[in-house]
Amino acid sequence: MTVWDQLEPLLAKVQKPARYIGCEDGAYTPEHRDDAAWWLLAYPDTYEIGLPNQGLQILAEIINERTDGLAERTYAPWTDLEAQLRAHDLPLFSVDSHAAAGEFDVLAFNLSAELTYTNVLNLIDLAGCPVRAADRAATDLLVGIGGHCTYNPEPLADYVDFVVLGDGEEVVGEITEAVAAWKAQGKPDRISIHRALAGISGVYVPALYDPVYGDDGLLVATVPNDSAAPEIIEKRTIADLGAWPYPKQQIVPLTEVVHDRLNVEVFRGCTRGCRFCQAGMITRPVRERPADQVRTMVSEGLRRTGYDEVALTSLSTADFSGIDQVVRDTVNDPDCGGAVSVSLPSLRVDAFTVGIAGEIQKARRTGLTFAPEAGTWRMRQVINKLITEEDLYAAVRSAYSQGWRRMKLYFLTGLPTETDEDTLGIGVLARNVLAIGKEYHKNPSVTVSLGGFVPKPFTPFQWFGQNTREELQRKIFLLRDDLRYDRGVQLKWHDPKATMAEGLMARGDRRMGAVIEDVWRNGGTFQEWGEHFDLSLWEQALERAGLRAEDVVYRHRTEDETLPWDHLSAGLHKDFLWQDWRDALAEVGLEDCRWTPCYDCGACTGYGIEHVVASAVPPAGGSQGTGQDLAVGGEVPVTLLPGKPVRVGAS
Amino acid sequence: MRVRIRFTKTGKIRWTSHRDVARIWERVIRRVGLPVAYSQGFSPHPKLHFGLALSTGHESIAEFLDIDLDDASPALPTPEQLDELPRVLSAALPIGIDVETVGVIASNAMSLQQAVESCEWRVEIRGVTPEQVAAAIDTALAAPEITITRQRKGKDVTDDVRPYLLHLAVAGPTDHGTDIDAHLATQPRGLRIGELIALLGIGGEEGRVRRVAQWTLLDGARCEPLAGPTGATSAPHVHARAS
Repeated sequence: MTVWDQLEPLLAKVQKPARYIGCEDGAYTPEHRDDAAWWLLAYPDTYEIGLPNQGLQILAEIINERTDGLAERTYAPWTDLEAQLRAHDLPLFSVDSHAAAGEFDVLAFNLSAELTYTNVLNLIDLAGCPVRAADRAATDLLVGIGGHCTYNPEPLADYVDFVVLGDGEEVVGEITEAVAAWKAQGKPDRISIHRALAGISGVYVPALYDPVYGDDGLLVATVPNDSAAPEIIEKRTIADLGAWPYPKQQIVPLTEVVHDRLNVEVFRGCTRGCRFCQAGMITRPVRERPADQVRTMVSEGLRRTGYDEVALTSLSTADFSGIDQVVRDTVNDPDCGGAVSVSLPSLRVDAFTVGIAGEIQKARRTGLTFAPEAGTWRMRQVINKLITEEDLYAAVRSAYSQGWRRMKLYFLTGLPTETDEDTLGIGVLARNVLAIGKEYHKNPSVTVSLGGFVPKPFTPFQWFGQNTREELQRKIFLLRDDLRYDRGVQLKWHDPKATMAEGLMARGDRRMGAVIEDVWRNGGTFQEWGEHFDLSLWEQALERAGLRAEDVVYRHRTEDETLPWDHLSAGLHKDFLWQDWRDALAEVGLEDCRWTPCYDCGACTGYGIEHVVASAVPPAGGSQGTGQDLAVGGEVPVTLLPGKPVRVGAS
Repeated sequence: MRVRIRFTKTGKIRWTSHRDVARIWERVIRRVGLPVAYSQGFSPHPKLHFGLALSTGHESIAEFLDIDLDDASPALPTPEQLDELPRVLSAALPIGIDVETVGVIASNAMSLQQAVESCEWRVEIRGVTPEQVAAAIDTALAAPEITITRQRKGKDVTDDVRPYLLHLAVAGPTDHGTDIDAHLATQPRGLRIGELIALLGIGGEEGRVRRVAQWTLLDGARCEPLAGPTGATSAPHVHARAS
């Protein structure tokens, strides 16, 4: 049953109607078999943002390869179409077959950003499903969530039926089996499917747990209320990325989207140990894709899609042990006609890598991005991003001298132990980088991008109380005033008010759900979009719920305090994280454990997995250009790529 | 070598924009390995020359695209490969965009933008009856001039648009309104479908719109930039095929 005929006349009245038609190359419309478990995979933001999401594409392919499941995709309709849908009593639909959301069995969201939570509620509502999980009948949609935000799912606990922690590739099949079996029984009740899902490793069913609060209002524990529910839910980890060469057919959009190029994931996990970085912590251990497979996925992908740019994605691509070979092979692939652009997101901060990039003649030189994250060496030791000033200057010198004119530098503000000297240190770095640029160009430019720091679950900083929005604003203005007269340096920053809201959802417990629902009911969708974010909605919702940002976001937490995510596990020992927090405060750095001895964070030892690397040769120049000696004895062979006229882009 | 491609844009894909279509073509050309020539300069782009843009939401069975190929390339198509090109391109293109014919034209031929002097359309106007439309058309065609004010390049301009109305007639009723055939001149400024409906003065909403032909003038006779697969076109305007 398709809603297309009723939808089409509305497309003439909205912006960018191509968002809603599907028909993309690589998209797949499955046969609607009654006995299969139907998944509607959703990204809770616009099509432009959601389409390139690899997680959604990977899961859709895996489910569609099964006989007991099928999957289609959906994204958040923009406000103009949503108004039309509601006015004409039309539901959320899949872009593949334009089937109504209510025809599916599961509505599953990928959560990459906390500020999309109100969109999640909105999409559940647009699907015609009761927003609160407790109000759902047996035959209503099962609502699930996956992605990095699931490491504190409590704010959404009352609105979702299940939460998936970790890698989805294997667990999605197990969930499909359970749902198909429940469907075959005629969906008798909700509790049986909840219990079945709770029995799957990596799946958390919030309805089977109760939070317990003390007299002081602090969380005491989150405890199971059903025998089917385990006390601790461990994340899922696939040991061998090589066994999962997905997506096999990346979706090529008809219309403009972000990251519009071939994306090939080269590894999962990260061993750098940057203390602010949740993604790095929760995705350990490292699992690299075999270099051969990367090469094949790149060449076949380029051939199939007609893209002329490929991005090798991961949390720290230049640390991929086979990176030199892969870039060389991609660039020299005769099928690409020598005109392929290879994107290495977040270049390593060292002259060596930039030098390699520079060996290849560039046609596009939009700008190079580096992420020092903090303005002084002391601060960088606290956050364990061990880049020295010399490293940075050597890297930008290499870049400017080879023709790049624009540098982008990413920093965080509001870090633990931060002083004004650290904030102003950003200005010092920016000015020095610009001065180097002036040696090579008449009008070099430096853009400093400042993000407000939100301490995330399962990081050593999870006990740190976030800077207030007033404090963040003060620091931003301090830096802005400092850079006011430096023409050539541009400062951009994230809205500190939005950072506060992000903190509410990243660090809150189940009581935060009422706030999210309140903001949604008052029209607060697309809060991750600057033009829609409205702090007053959040403040009023907090007041009505009797909660305070001071308690949830700004308060430092104590070692013995129960955290809202203590009943979940990313494999990291809590005492490792606490010790790393103390080390941070003492400004002690920690080495990259991929090549140096293990310090037992728990991620590998707990699961009996080791880091999987594509090549035995560690990358030259150390990890992230830190100069750490990673070679296990012997020379690290370094070969410069041949000077062939091809284009290389770096984002 | 310059090739001219005639293609259609129908069905759901009508909701993509002209820019979307341009990028789709760039990718497809790479996929099939057509050796397109690139422009010089700091950021080279492939030499694709589109004709008159089609508005988002409108369909067409007569779209044209000129491509300059790299004559030095070993992959330059042979005559046999050129014959195969419509089929090869259509297979690589999204559903709804199909190549009907491909022809080789002179490298210094006039650009499509300059050469095309009129277009034929099938336009549905919703919420109006054929009788209402017929009367409005009679009025419009009888008028010596029709002045409208519209925005062009941010400024208000006033034009007599009667000369753009080469032919207008009711084609028949539809489920929601009336279909009309319209033959509109495109130079110097052209007349948008929305402006056409407005000047009829009977209200109504734009329904399905489809471009059915584009015409150039060759020695005073109308011909299409490139003939369709059947070779013939909707008479009575045509005297010769495209060169």
